[in-house]
Order: sequence, then structure tokens, then C-alpha cells
Amino acid sequence: MTGVPVPLAEVLEDIAHLDRRERAETLIDYADRFREVPPAVATRPFPEQHRVPACESDAFVWSSPRPDGTLQFHFAVENPQGISARALCALLDETLSGQPLEQVAKVSPEIVFALFGAEVTMGKGQGLMGIVDLVTREARQRLSAGEAPPRCRSR
Amino acid sequence: MTAISERAYANPEVLVSTDWITEHLQDPEVRIVESNEDSLLYPSGHIPGAVEVDWAADLNDPVRRDYLDRAGFQALMSRIGVTRDTVVVFYGDKSNWWATYAFWIFQLFGHPRARVMDGGRLKWEKEGRPMTRDVPRYPATTYTSPPRDDRKIRAFREQVLAHQAAGRPLVDVRSPQEYSGERTHMPEYPQEGVLRGGHIPGAKSVPWARAANPEDGTFRSAAELRTIYEQEQKLKPTDDVVVYCRIGERSSHTWFVLTYLLGYRTVRNYDGSWTEWGNSVGLPIEKETGVKAR
Repeated sequence: MTGVPVPLAEVLEDIAHLDRRERAETLIDYADRFREVPPAVATRPFPEQHRVPACESDAFVWSSPRPDGTLQFHFAVENPQGISARALCALLDETLSGQPLEQVAKVSPEIVFALFGAEVTMGKGQGLMGIVDLVTREARQRLSAGEAPPRCRSR
Repeated sequence: MTAISERAYANPEVLVSTDWITEHLQDPEVRIVESNEDSLLYPSGHIPGAVEVDWAADLNDPVRRDYLDRAGFQALMSRIGVTRDTVVVFYGDKSNWWATYAFWIFQLFGHPRARVMDGGRLKWEKEGRPMTRDVPRYPATTYTSPPRDDRKIRAFREQVLAHQAAGRPLVDVRSPQEYSGERTHMPEYPQEGVLRGGHIPGAKSVPWARAANPEDGTFRSAAELRTIYEQEQKLKPTDDVVVYCRIGERSSHTWFVLTYLLGYRTVRNYDGSWTEWGNSVGLPIEKETGVKAR
């Protein structure tokens, strides 16, 4: 994919060649590596402005600035059965944190279908797309905010 | 929640407890089947010995909007090692919403020994019972199924139109916002897929999840269910009832409750549901109770 951050492009390339079982195993591996937002960034009850709309897994998204001017993304998934949301959040953290903001801002939410394939229902797909959308919005807002961003911005 | 036997269900034998499953994990006459909305849940961990039946990949026709046919069902039963004598126990996520959907489709082929594990995946996990990522393999069986019989428990569009015109009971199990026409989908799901909002004129609004205890996914007692369906909505066990939602999965849960837990004799699931009705040209729609859109 042209313009997609390299780590994400590599994951998309790899996962495209996997069968249903391998794809599930890969995504579960990501879910197993999910790290919840650190207390230094957010604590419960999480502010509603960080909640992902249309996500039945009760996902939340934050970003914090890195020294190089890029963003570190943080996530919470409150539904204990929200394994797909945890998988996607971990994947986005690993592939978009620290990447050029111009590229992160242009990531299409439709990568959800490339990642989850036909295994994701329409409704769940929309919730997962909402997570991607919030991450890209964080990048767009950081780009438009210019210099001296706060420690952790609200959307 | 009280024991299943104390809840005064019409057919209590259709439910099994998590304790019962624990006692039958090694029982060769029992096959445990997990059915979820989220396809990552089963491979991330499931009841030891359980097989997965995926509502989309295994139960739907891959081309037409319909369910698998007799040959497909027989092949599925063979693959998961089920005979006509096997006790099949369904469980899954979302208070057994998808498990009862699979159960309903199995009943289109009349599998005689089908059960649901009360509380589903949520209760099993909350109780800290064992989970595994090992996918079992069972010897293939020869399963001879009768032809799929859609007449008794499935309703089609023209039948529902006649049912509505005759003033017979319809139960809309979607959210209040979908029922009123404010939304065309369930809360937290996107506004898409249906051109018109509202409900089938005359349908009673009883969101499916009212039949389940949210803390552990178990079914409410018969007394509680009668309060919901009979005292509030004036349904009777002798009624001819059609239930529907958006594509027929949530309404499978209500179909199960009315048929097995309350003992209603004639309940059909309209799986075309709102995605068919709300997109069809010329069908009557009610936006608010008593206010017809046409």
C-alpha cells in the first residue's frame, strides 16, 4: 500500500497470504500482547471523549508525544470478550506508534477488512474501523496543532 | 441465579449447567459446540473438547441468502463427529445469542438431542473453568438428516405479511431505537444496511436481552419471562407468534425462550427480518406505535 507506514504495510502484506486459521492465530498473538493505557496517561473512569464510537468492545484511544515528534498510541478495551478489539489495538500500537504522522493520518479504516477478512461481521467491522479512525484523527490533530503539544491530548 | 430445575421452565431439559458440562467433558455421547459472533474467541480459548460452528462459514449458504442444505448439514455433522444420537450442547458469546442461532438452524434439520449451556461463554469464563486452545479432532461420522424443514420454525416474507395482516402476534426483539425507527441498526452498530426504519405494524417491542441476566448470561426464570412476555405484552402460550430482528440471530434467542422455556407451541423466526422488510418496496411500516408510515 502506497503511503502506509512501513510496519503496517508489512503486516498487511504478510496477513494477506494466511488462511483462516493462520490469520486467527496471528491476530490472537497480537491480542495476547495488548498493553492497556498506562496510568500516567489515563485512569478509570476513562473520559468519554476518548471512547471509540460504534465499538461494542468499549474501546478507548489516546496518544502522547514522543521526543521525535511522532505519537505513541495508547488503548483500553473494557469488554473482556473484546478480543478482536485488543488484537487491533495492539497491532496499531506496534505498527503506527512512532511512525510519520503524515502517513498515520492517511491510514484507511478499511484496513480492518484486510486484517480480519471475511471473519469480521459488518457491525464488528464498523466498531474496529472506529478504532482506526480515532488513531488517524489523533495524528491529524497533532499535525494541525503544530508545535508544543500537551502531554496527552483530548480529542 | 437459581438452579435450572428451580426456574419452572416448560422444557428444562433443553438447558444444561456449566457443572453438567464439567461432568461430561469426556462423554463420547456429548459434543460441545461453540458459536460466537467474534471468530477470534474460539481459537483464543474454548471449553476442552469443544468444536466450533461458525454462523457465517458453516451455517450460511456461501452465495444465496439462505442456510446450508441437507447435504451441507450432513457434511458439517460428519466433520464435527456428531451422529443422530449425539447430545449437542451449544454455547457462545453475548448471552448465547449466537449459540441459540446455531441451535435454531440445527432444528431446521430436526437434530433430536440439542441443548444450550446456560450462561454461555461468559459464565464459564467467570467461574474460572478450564479453557484450551487445542482444537479437537473427532472421527468422521455418517449422519443422515431429514430434508431441511422450514415450515414449522421459520417464517418468510409473504407469510409474515399475511400474519401481520391477520393481526397475529409479532415480537420485534431489536433495540427500542430500532423499533421506533430512530435507528436502523442496533445501538453501537452503524447506521447502514436498511433503507427504512421502524417496525412491522402491530409488532410488540421486547428487546431480546431482557430474557438474559446481564451479569452471567443465564436465562431469566420462567416467572420473570412470563412477566415480560405475558403480563407486559399479553402473549399466550397458545398464540401463533413470529419473532424478528435484523437478520434473524437475535430473534433466535427469543424464539428459544418462547418455545422451550415458556413452552409456546407455535413460534417462527423471520430470518429475513428487518434487513428484508425495511428494504422491500411497498411493505407497511410503523415508525411509532400507532403511527403508520404508509
